[in-house]
Amino acid sequence: MKQMTKSTVSNWGNYPSIDAKTKSFTSVSELDQDQLPEASYIARGNGRCYGDSSLQSHIISTLKYDKILEFDAKEGIIKCQSGITFSTLIDFLIPRGLFLPVTPGTKFITVGGAIASDIHGKNHHVEGSFQNHIIHIEVLLASGDIIECSREKESDLFMATCGGMGLTGIILSAKFRLKKIETALIKQVSIKARNLDHIFDLFEEFKSTTYSVAWIDCLQGGDKLGRSLLMVGEHATKQELGSDESLRNPNGKLKLSIPFNFPNIVLNKITIKIFNFLFYHKQIAARKESYVNFDKFFYPLDFINSWNRMYGNRGFVQYQFVLPIENSKEGLRKILSEINNQGMGSFLAVLKLFGNYEGLISFPMQGYTLALDFPIRKGLFEFLDRLDQIVVDCGGRIYLTKDARMDKKVFEKGYPNLERFKNIVKKFNPDLKWRSVQSDRLAITKP
Amino acid sequence: MEISTIGPVSYYKTMTVLLLGATSNMAVALARHYASNGHNLQLAARSSKEIEILKNDFSIRYGITAEAYPFDALDYHNHAQWYAAIPNKPDLVILVFGYLGDHERATHQWEESQKIIASNYTGAVSILNVIAHDFEQRKKGTIVGISSVAGDRGRMSNYVYGSAKAGLTAYLSGLRNRLTHAGVHVMTVKPGFVRTKMTEGLPLPAPVTATPEKVASLIYKAAQKKKNSIYVLPIWAPIMLIIKNIPEFIFKKLKL
Ligand SMILES: Cc1cc2nc3c(=O)[nH]c(=O)nc-3n(C[C@H](O)[C@H](O)[C@H](O)COP(=O)(O)OP(=O)(O)OC[C@H]3O[C@@H](n4cnc5c(N)ncnc54)[C@H](O)[C@@H]3O)c2cc1C
Repeated sequence: MKQMTKSTVSNWGNYPSIDAKTKSFTSVSELDQDQLPEASYIARGNGRCYGDSSLQSHIISTLKYDKILEFDAKEGIIKCQSGITFSTLIDFLIPRGLFLPVTPGTKFITVGGAIASDIHGKNHHVEGSFQNHIIHIEVLLASGDIIECSREKESDLFMATCGGMGLTGIILSAKFRLKKIETALIKQVSIKARNLDHIFDLFEEFKSTTYSVAWIDCLQGGDKLGRSLLMVGEHATKQELGSDESLRNPNGKLKLSIPFNFPNIVLNKITIKIFNFLFYHKQIAARKESYVNFDKFFYPLDFINSWNRMYGNRGFVQYQFVLPIENSKEGLRKILSEINNQGMGSFLAVLKLFGNYEGLISFPMQGYTLALDFPIRKGLFEFLDRLDQIVVDCGGRIYLTKDARMDKKVFEKGYPNLERFKNIVKKFNPDLKWRSVQSDRLAITKP
Repeated sequence: MEISTIGPVSYYKTMTVLLLGATSNMAVALARHYASNGHNLQLAARSSKEIEILKNDFSIRYGITAEAYPFDALDYHNHAQWYAAIPNKPDLVILVFGYLGDHERATHQWEESQKIIASNYTGAVSILNVIAHDFEQRKKGTIVGISSVAGDRGRMSNYVYGSAKAGLTAYLSGLRNRLTHAGVHVMTVKPGFVRTKMTEGLPLPAPVTATPEKVASLIYKAAQKKKNSIYVLPIWAPIMLIIKNIPEFIFKKLKL
């Protein structure tokens, strides 16, 4: 095997970072047993998880394994290799009147990463997570065998691979269903919510709308606790747009970029306050309807390249949890109050509703999920431990793909199918050839 | 390449591009660049499975015609027959295949030296002889050969590879001289460092290192402009000028 040289690797949160050797491949023969002499490896897509899920001293990068294998325009079905990015797929699909069935808040992820994290979008309450749209996948096992699996065939392997964070093997390809669209625009309604009760009422009101998401202003307390802006949307139809060609033309280009790490002080409380104020007040009317480009609707953060650098070189963590529907409101009230009391403002606080779709080891459960960003600083981890306690007490769980620090006990309490998952991993990955810093930290891959 | 000019804009006719050694990162980048500009592709490489996958990807994504032709650069005796079997002859041929090899091993293992020489030089001469003949007779076409800066001057760290590429560079310049008279253009490309699977993890100096995509777009433009010989990042021209002009009595003492 070619000598791999070490370099420093970290994911989107810039925390943690490790020295690792990376190997890319374009053909499966390059992953033969004798080409992978080390004891263990982990697959890595585009590094858009936040913490240590795709970190390990030996990394297999899928980014060059990125070909489209089959495409059925009429049925809206595609089969592709796992390293292709959503961004490449979208460029291909939009002109053909098709869209991804589920997409996260960034398009710079790979299909393999989407499956390994069993990602969700703003449509989970209606359309489920990514795995609900998969026809079958191919997984490279530690033994060197390649197995095609689905809900019907080798279903254990399939269920443990969707959301399994790369621990069953390397996802090589996936065949999945696409969504037909008529235009590249989203008909969006945005609504201001005064507080937590109000935003819950609004989510209820719009529960059959395909896409919904709310941005919460974390710095509000008292009767303004949970003040937020809800955005709901549907793919616009040709009829709605009429003959206005200018509306049909997709035009989302990356505009801003952050070329270097900000000094650590920039994102202090004041800047967050200003940001949230602008965000909430930029919209004057209580309800506003508009047509927006898909890029702006789904990927507002992608318009600022490398925005993660604005947290400085210490990095940041994203904290995303979900609470069961019956405890969601009370739990969120506790957590938002805690954030507020501690003055731990979060630049982003994104609230979404999950429907009744669950996987074996996937993150989503029916209920509300909140994602928060916190720059790394003194006292943060102790603070997050306290939030963990509230989440666990409510019967909720933390999203692995965003995590870099949770305690193993918190993880174990949150994922009731863990034992079954571990057994499947043991069956297909008996020598723990596939393992990550995260899976070791959480003792999922303990010999 | 035929150009018809309508008003101020030049329209390039759809070409058929034959990529010899179609599976490398650089070849894939070239294929995507040409395909996204509407050109058809003929993919030649040893692994028939891999070129089949590439063929599907390119034709699905870009809506062009792509064909796959399994090809072994070292199978000299079959090159004429192999080329004759291609029904639609290409307008542009890009020779991408090559083999960096392990220099250390090559210095004491003949097999490794031979493989380096054959993959970078002998195989190229064999197949280009055949194609040159066809292009000369048809009085059209463009041949692009990917050589290397390593061929500009032999250095202790990779002179086996370097000498094979030097041979290729000289071959291409001679071919250009001959085929010009038939209206066929030959372009030599000398990439410096390129970020590919082959160089993954190596601490390549960023200012002089290009991505395969960058290499592809530069080659595309240079071939359109009928350049004779290019360094892939312009910065390599002065660098190699200096390296070539260091007097031998000094050069031989350097550890390069
Ligand atoms: C701005 C932003 C917004 C986001 N919004 C959302 C959101 O709305 N919803 C959501 O669900 N997620 C969201 N995410 C998280 C992101 O979608 C996931 O972390 C996703 O897994 C990243 O994919 P990747 O290709 O970058 O994979 P990586 O980050 O490189 O890896 C993620 C995990 O997938 C595994 N993996 C990757 N490829 C393979 C493979 N081929 N075979 C086996 N395992 C593999 C890795 O081992 C690792 O465990 C967001 C991330 C960012 C940066």
